[in-house]
Amino acid sequence: MSQVTEYSEKVMDHFSNPRNVGEIENPSGVGTVGNAKCGDIMRIYLDIDENQIVQDAKFKTFGCGAAVATSSMATELVKGKSVNEALKITNKAVMEALDGLPPVKVHCSLLAEEAIHAALWDYAEKNGITIEGLEPPVKDIEEKVEV
Amino acid sequence: MERIYLDNAATTKIDKEVFEVMKPYLLEEYANPSSAYMFAGKTHDKVEDARRVIADSIGAKSKEIFFTSGGSESDNWAIKGVADALSSKGKHIITTKIEHHAVLHTCEFLEKHGYEVTYLPVDENGLVNPSDFEAAIRQDTILASIMFANNEIGTIEPIAELGKIAHEHGVVFHTDAVQAFGHIKINVDEMNIDLLSASAHKLNGPKGVGLLYIRTGIRISSLIHGGSQERGQRAGTTNAAGIIGFGKAVEIANERLNETREYETKLRNRLVDRVTSEIPYVKYNGDPKRRLSNNANFSFRFIEGESLLILLDQKNICASSGSACTSGSLDPSHVLLAIGLPHEIAHGSIRFTLSHETTEEEIDYTVETLKKIVETLRNMSPLYEDFVKSIK
Repeated sequence: MSQVTEYSEKVMDHFSNPRNVGEIENPSGVGTVGNAKCGDIMRIYLDIDENQIVQDAKFKTFGCGAAVATSSMATELVKGKSVNEALKITNKAVMEALDGLPPVKVHCSLLAEEAIHAALWDYAEKNGITIEGLEPPVKDIEEKVEV
Repeated sequence: MERIYLDNAATTKIDKEVFEVMKPYLLEEYANPSSAYMFAGKTHDKVEDARRVIADSIGAKSKEIFFTSGGSESDNWAIKGVADALSSKGKHIITTKIEHHAVLHTCEFLEKHGYEVTYLPVDENGLVNPSDFEAAIRQDTILASIMFANNEIGTIEPIAELGKIAHEHGVVFHTDAVQAFGHIKINVDEMNIDLLSASAHKLNGPKGVGLLYIRTGIRISSLIHGGSQERGQRAGTTNAAGIIGFGKAVEIANERLNETREYETKLRNRLVDRVTSEIPYVKYNGDPKRRLSNNANFSFRFIEGESLLILLDQKNICASSGSACTSGSLDPSHVLLAIGLPHEIAHGSIRFTLSHETTEEEIDYTVETLKKIVETLRNMSPLYEDFVKSIK
């Protein structure tokens, strides 16, 4: 059972006042990970300049409090980083920045890491470049939700 | 705004009158009612008074009411007790896919011990089809356990009809009436019920006390072995204060049964009408007519239940969710899946359960708050973003 009291103050802050919610028009890269069936979908948009520096990051997330908080924190962490530095943002780093997550919510931080990777992959593909150490994202989201 | 408590299916506030009748049996009259001395006499008599009030309320005899620690114990006892007592006759049990975990996990336990269990499906409103039930009965079926009213979506099952079918085939009929008892008029004879589980804290009584009604003649083994309390069927020192409080709670609930139902129905309908007309992409779950008067269950498309719950909590509104995130598993509520909701829609479900103390002002505040929260979360949702783009 997850309860509000199990979330750190930082998680609650990033959930209640999420940073960087939204979309980027014509993004350098966009990545969507997760699965509506399991209750978490994260989408991260990146704006990367010609020097391969992340100028801006935005997100949209369908999910629980921890999913929103990890997305918010991941976008905060990725801003201002080079592409190679962005690739090194791990789920552990996201968790630490949030002062930890309840055990049942650790998968949310993994999704945040994957979402950054998926956006970087999209960026690399669009620009015909290779980012060393970057694996193709796992496409497991349901492409379309029926009404 | 003060706290708005809309989770009365989880538990209710103890009634002041109930608390007052319990108090002397926690303070001055602390004797063990099983003791022989005069000091225990008054407590013993009060426990028996409560048993009579409760038995009368469902058309049972006093000696057919056995007090337990609550609904879960009663469900465990009914199912394991009958399964054990009738194992030489057969090892097949019938239940439904929408039972409380106290029933479902008990059945799963028995499956590990050589019993076979049929889990009946329900329709899109959560109703069991009596002909499905009849078709599932076999030569070796010993017990059927079908809930009176569902805790998540409030659907009231056709218990009298199902009980009749069970009896025509010589099957013992148990109903988990935890959500219905004290809220709906129940008569065990007219409704063909052999065993019935109930819990005091769902009707403004104390926590930690419940009952199992056992029709005279039904063969059942004990679950809790030990002393000779409860006619030797259920051991353990009598929870005198709890039982006396339970009796008072039943008395009060019966006095105001119709009044409460009408009041709650009016407010619940206001909640449902406003939510479904003022918030787009909402589904009202459960049967619109055959349902508990205090229950409303909604699925809000494109958003997830836990987020919604936390934001409601921040506005001082207590509700509950069918989302996976509140259960610690990846699957959303088994009840919502059983009525055919896709996973992603079940994840965005919220239950509100009212009480006789809920006010119109609270309902209106809840609707206004919900409208804002749903909008905030949808603006954050990639599913909503895709949906909006797809309809442009």
